Amino acid sequence: MPWQLGVVTAIVQETPTVKTFTLQLPHWQPHLPGQHYDLRLTAEDGYQAERSYSIASPPEQINEIDLTIELVDDGEVSAYLHEGIVVGDSLEVRGPIGGYFVWRQEMYTLPLLLVAGGSGIVPLMAMLRHRALVGATNPTALLFSVRTDTEAIYRHELEKLAQQDPNFTLIFTFTRQAPPAWTGYQRRIDHGMLAEIVESFPVSPQVFICGPTQLVEFTANTLVDLGLPADTIRTERFGPTGIS
Amino acid sequence: MAAFFNKGFGRKRESAGSDRVPPGQYETHDFPVLSAGPTPRIALANWAFTLEGLVETPVQWTWEEFNALPQQSFTQDIHCVTKWSKLDTQWTGVSIDTILEHAKLLPEVRYVMAYSYGGYTTNIPLEDLRNGKGFIGLSFEGKPLTPEHGGPARLVVPHLYFWKSAKWINRLRFMEEDEPGFWERGGYSMYGDPWKEQRYRTDDENSTW
Repeated sequence: MPWQLGVVTAIVQETPTVKTFTLQLPHWQPHLPGQHYDLRLTAEDGYQAERSYSIASPPEQINEIDLTIELVDDGEVSAYLHEGIVVGDSLEVRGPIGGYFVWRQEMYTLPLLLVAGGSGIVPLMAMLRHRALVGATNPTALLFSVRTDTEAIYRHELEKLAQQDPNFTLIFTFTRQAPPAWTGYQRRIDHGMLAEIVESFPVSPQVFICGPTQLVEFTANTLVDLGLPADTIRTERFGPTGIS
Repeated sequence: MAAFFNKGFGRKRESAGSDRVPPGQYETHDFPVLSAGPTPRIALANWAFTLEGLVETPVQWTWEEFNALPQQSFTQDIHCVTKWSKLDTQWTGVSIDTILEHAKLLPEVRYVMAYSYGGYTTNIPLEDLRNGKGFIGLSFEGKPLTPEHGGPARLVVPHLYFWKSAKWINRLRFMEEDEPGFWERGGYSMYGDPWKEQRYRTDDENSTW
């Protein structure tokens, strides 16, 4: 899988600490939603640093990829991307990579539960965007845990998807501060919350969980307690750039 | 000088152990968790560790029996394919050399498949487990290994990328021919040498992918 030089064609500030970089690729190939690219920065003296970033865009968005990247404290790579990269710059990437945390065609008709914490939404967003574009009607719910409204990446797009699609349920939980007049969940993901959501499915769903280690561990273990088969639960754990 | 470089990008700080960090890796002081699914819960009363495949007689230990084997301390640098490296991690466990004193391998054995509670598998050449290169870790930094890091027992093969160090280990199967395990079937390297940056199958020597 060779490295290729992509050109940054757009940068969107998603939240105060999150940006989406659109990269046009000379050797683009269709990916599966949930896959990632490796990104490599090279200094003039030859020093290199690599990180893996989930693809946010669906495979229908051809010849380019969107990488949604959170600025992490002390993050050598994310700090450079956030502060040093402008439209027109080149970035070295290789991918798509990963064959397990992916939403495959044979799952299009199965109930789907997505659970995200913070920037863990990124690979799940690729699944939701692709799902909308292929017109899947499988019952789908996203439980999205964020600290505050302003930190909810893709909030408006998710709300629009939920309005347009009667088979897609969007469930936010705000763990630090809910928006004014909020009547939904405002606590960390817990047993009761997961039980309510699982009960709303006609049959046991396929599950994808992505977020900080603690959230992923708790959610996966609780779903097993609630009777979901372990082999239907796929997890991707991370702290900022993999530190947790 | 590199052919392509990112203007203004440079090393943020020199790390004392930077010559011990393989290409494309960065040093972390935390211990990140990576697994593909839920953490299996394993009751020690039901725990067992088995050697099978091309051995004269399969061997099985209970938790008590396994813990009665001679244990050693290991201080090792570990390297995860997700780009972090952690230096000087301290383990206690049972060397694979000790384990192999209890089984007679058939002469044709070249490879080993490691199996875990939860269904995970990974393949390793036999020579990469022997002569002090691999062990079954039972404690980490002085404490029993926690479930999210692979407890009660995990394989540790520090000179290969850490996915080869199967968490929740329960079985080694000895084989003549190499076979891909869980991540290897998904396109990851059959061998996983961090110093050669063998992350994916296409990074392997003589790759036909």
